[in-house]
Amino acid sequence: MTGGTVDHGIRLTVNGREVAVAPHPDRSLLEVLRYELGLTGTKYGCGEGECGACTVLVDGGPARACQLPVAEVEGAMILTVEGLARDGALTDVQRAFVETGAFQCGFCTPGMVVRATGLLARNPHPSDGEIREALDGNLCRCGGYTRIREAVRRAAEAAAPGGSP
Amino acid sequence: MTRGRPRRPWDRTPPEQREYFDLLGEGLVAQLAAPSAPDAGSRGDAPASGAWLHVGPDGIVRAFTGKAEVGQGTRTALGLLVAEELRLPLERIELEMADTDLCPWDMGTFGSRSMPDAGPALRAAAAGAREALLDLAAAARSLPRDRLEAREGEVRLRGATSGTPYAELVRGLREVRTIDRKIGLTPPSAWERAGHPVADPRGADVVTGRRAYVSDLRPPGLQYGAVLHPPRYGARLRHAEPGPEPLPAGTRLVVEPPFVGAVGPSPRLARAALAQVRADWILPEPNDVDVEAYLRSHPRTEESWDRVEDRAGDPDHALASATVTVRATYRTAYVAHVPLETRAAVAEWEGRRLTVWVGTQTPFRARDHVAEALAMSVDDVRVIVPFTGAGFGGKHGGDVATAAARLARAVGCPVALQYSREEEFRFGYFRPMAIIDIAAGAEKDGRLSAWTFHNTNAGAAALRTPYRVAHRRIDNELSESPLPQGAYRSLAANTNNFARESVMDELAARLGIDPLEFRRKNLEDERLRAVLDRAADRSGWGGWVPRAGWGHGLALGFEKSGRVATVAEVEVRGERDLRVRRLVTAFEAGAIVHPRNLLSQVEGAAVQAIGGALFEEIRTRAGRVLNPRLSQYRVPRFSDLPEIEVVLLDRPDLPPAGGGETPMIATAPAIANAIFDATGRRVRHLPLLGKEPTAPTDRPSTENLTPAAG
Ligand code: FES
Ligand code: FES
Repeated sequence: MTGGTVDHGIRLTVNGREVAVAPHPDRSLLEVLRYELGLTGTKYGCGEGECGACTVLVDGGPARACQLPVAEVEGAMILTVEGLARDGALTDVQRAFVETGAFQCGFCTPGMVVRATGLLARNPHPSDGEIREALDGNLCRCGGYTRIREAVRRAAEAAAPGGSP
Repeated sequence: MTRGRPRRPWDRTPPEQREYFDLLGEGLVAQLAAPSAPDAGSRGDAPASGAWLHVGPDGIVRAFTGKAEVGQGTRTALGLLVAEELRLPLERIELEMADTDLCPWDMGTFGSRSMPDAGPALRAAAAGAREALLDLAAAARSLPRDRLEAREGEVRLRGATSGTPYAELVRGLREVRTIDRKIGLTPPSAWERAGHPVADPRGADVVTGRRAYVSDLRPPGLQYGAVLHPPRYGARLRHAEPGPEPLPAGTRLVVEPPFVGAVGPSPRLARAALAQVRADWILPEPNDVDVEAYLRSHPRTEESWDRVEDRAGDPDHALASATVTVRATYRTAYVAHVPLETRAAVAEWEGRRLTVWVGTQTPFRARDHVAEALAMSVDDVRVIVPFTGAGFGGKHGGDVATAAARLARAVGCPVALQYSREEEFRFGYFRPMAIIDIAAGAEKDGRLSAWTFHNTNAGAAALRTPYRVAHRRIDNELSESPLPQGAYRSLAANTNNFARESVMDELAARLGIDPLEFRRKNLEDERLRAVLDRAADRSGWGGWVPRAGWGHGLALGFEKSGRVATVAEVEVRGERDLRVRRLVTAFEAGAIVHPRNLLSQVEGAAVQAIGGALFEEIRTRAGRVLNPRLSQYRVPRFSDLPEIEVVLLDRPDLPPAGGGETPMIATAPAIANAIFDATGRRVRHLPLLGKEPTAPTDRPSTENLTPAAG
C-alpha cells in the first residue's frame, strides 16, 4: 500500500520512499503509517503522547507519531522501525535488544529501539542517567527497563569498538 | 497468516477422525489424549492439558498447545521442553499456540498454569515422538532398538556421531501414535537444552517491527470498527438511532440493539460515524456508592473455588493472652492492567464460518462466548491468539471478539476492532478493591500465637499463612462489586500478602525483634526459608549504615508452587515523595526451564509491583472511571526504576512451576515495611502514596473519589 501515485496532497519521505497523502487536520502521522502505508511496526499505545509506542525519527530526531498532525511533517524525512535495518542486517541497537532479551511481549520494543537509536545518534556514549531521561517517555508495561537499559549500554559499546569514541 | 481449516475443530473431533495429514502433510503425529471440552467450570479441578505434535519431512516439529503466548515467554519455554525431549535445536520447533481449530482444548492462560499444565503434556508428547522415531529407525535399518539413541535430530547408533535424520524417517509416513501420559520424561538434572540461556529465536521480528500483533493484522479488504459503550458501568441502551448529520464517506453504522457500532476505512472515521448516533440510556441505581461500605454489605453466597477457610485452636482466647497484639484494617484499591496493546480483534467470515484473531488469554472460552452471542455452532467459530501486547490477567473473555464478528457479519468484509486507551480503562475490568481485617498476637519469645485474617473482595490466593500458628481463623468473603472486576497478575496474592507481611512486621516491631529473625522463627517451609535467607544475604540485611530518611523492609510470599522473598530499600523525602532505591528478590519455582525469560519475568514483576505498591489506583464516581488515561493513571516508568537484583534458585529436583506472577507479591509489603523503617509510619493501604482511606462511616460518600487533574 502506498500513496506514491497520488500527485497532490502532503509529500513526505518514509524510510527513503517518497509518499503523498491526503491532508486532513485530524490525521496524525501514526494514522498514516499504520492505516495508509501499512507500516504497523509503529504502535498505538495511548494516543496522547504518554507511552512512546509510536516513536519515529523525524529528520533524525525522535517524535511521537500520534501527536504529529501529518500536515506538520510535510517534506520531512521519516524513519520508522521498519526502516532501521539495511538489507536485512540489524543495527547495533536492534542486535543489542535481541541479544540482551530486552523484551517480553515486545509491544513497546519498536518505540524503544527507535528512541534508543535517536539517543545514540546524538549521544553515542550516554550515561545511565541520560538513558533514563531519554527513555522516560517510553513505557514498558512488562517492566523490562533493566534489560532495556542493558541493551542500550551494549549497543553503545558495540558502536565503539575497543571502547574508544 | 493461518493454516488451513479442519472440518471441525480438532478438540471437538475424535482423535481417529482428525485429518492431521491433510493439513500438516505427511509425517509422524504424536498425540496425548485431550480432555474433552467440559463446560468451563471451577478452577479447582482443572483438566489436564492436551498436546499433540507433528514431525515433518522438512525436519520441523510442530507442537500444538491450547495455551497462549501473551508476552510471558511461554512460547520459547515450551519450545525448549519439546526440543529437549526430541533432542533437537530450538530453531526446529514451531509452537502452534491457542488456535481453537487446531490446538487441544485449554481453559486459559492464567494462574501460572502454562508450565505445570502444558509443560508436562508437551514433554510427554515429545518423548513419545522420540520413542516412535527410534522404533521407525530400528525397523528401517533392522537394528536392535536398544542400541539406538536420538541425538541432534537424528537416530544414531549409541555413541555414533551421525545417523538417520528424523526427516528421512518420516518421509511418506502417515502415522499417528497415541502417547501414554505416564511416559518417562528426561529429568531436569539431565537437561541439555532446557534450563540453559537462549535468545528468542524470533527476536529479529520484534526489533524490526515485523512481528504482527493483533492490531497489526491486515487481511485483504479490511475495514475498521468502533463500538458504542455505555456512559457508565451498568447502563443499558434504551434506544439508538442515527443522527441528522451525514456519515463520513466510506463509513456505515451497524445498529443491532443493544449492540451499536460503526465501520469505516480507518478507526478514526469509524469513531466519527459512531459519534453521530443518538443514544438513550437507562442508568443504574444507585448512581453513587461508598465502595467499601458497598463491598462489606454485598456478600456473594454462591459456591466458588475462590474461597478458603482455615481454622484451628481458639484464636480469640490466644489473642486475649498474647504479649503483643495488632488489630488493623488494610485496604487495596482497584487497579488496572494497562497492557500496552489495548484489546483488539480481527474477524473474517467465509460463508457461515468465522475466524477471529484476538488478544485473549482464554481462546476456548472466547470461542464459546462468540458462538453463543451470535447463535452459531461452536464448530464454526475459530479463535486464534496471535502475538498480543501482554495481558496480565486483563484479557480474559471474548467481548471484543464478538463485537468484531458482529461488525464483520454486518458489512460483509473483515473488520478490525481495537479499543482506544480510554476504552481499555473504561470498559475492561479491574483488580478487585479489597479490605482485610486482621488481628494477630505474638509471645515474648517471638512465637506467633494468634492469627485472624478476613478479607472482603480480594479472593483466596495466598490467603493461608506460611507461618506456624496454632490458633487461627483465616477466611475470605466474596462481594458483589459496584465496578467490573476480574483476574489480575497473581490476583489476591498481592493483596493478601501485602496485609499479612505488613502485620508480621508490625508484630516484630512491637516485640522489638528484627523482622528477619521474627519470620525465621515462625517459618516452617524450607524452600521459603531458602529464598528468605538468600534475599537477606544478597541485600546485606542488617548491615546498613543508617541514613536519615532511608529505610529497609522485607517480605516473603508463596503461591502457585513459587516462593519469593524481597528486600526493599527506600528513601522517603516527604509524605508523598518517596523513591524505591533498591529491590532484591530471591525466587524459586522448581526447575528452571528458560533462565533468561524467568529473569525477565521476575524483574518485570518487580517493576509492575512498584506501580501497584506506590501509585496505581483507579478512581471512580458513580460508575465512571475518573482517570482513564495514561496521563492520569500513573504506571512505572524508567525514572521509577530502582536497582533491581534477582537471585534465582534452581531446583532441578522439582517440577517447573510458573514464574510470571508470584515474584511480584512480596514487593509492596517490603516497600511498606521499608517506609515504616524509615519513618515509623505504618501505611496500611495500597497504593502507599495514595490518599489514606478512612472508615466508611466517617466520610462522605464520594470522598476519596475526586476527579483526576489534567
Ligand atoms: S501512542 Fe503515541 S505516545 Fe502513546
Ligand atoms: S515488553 Fe511488553 S510492554 Fe515492553
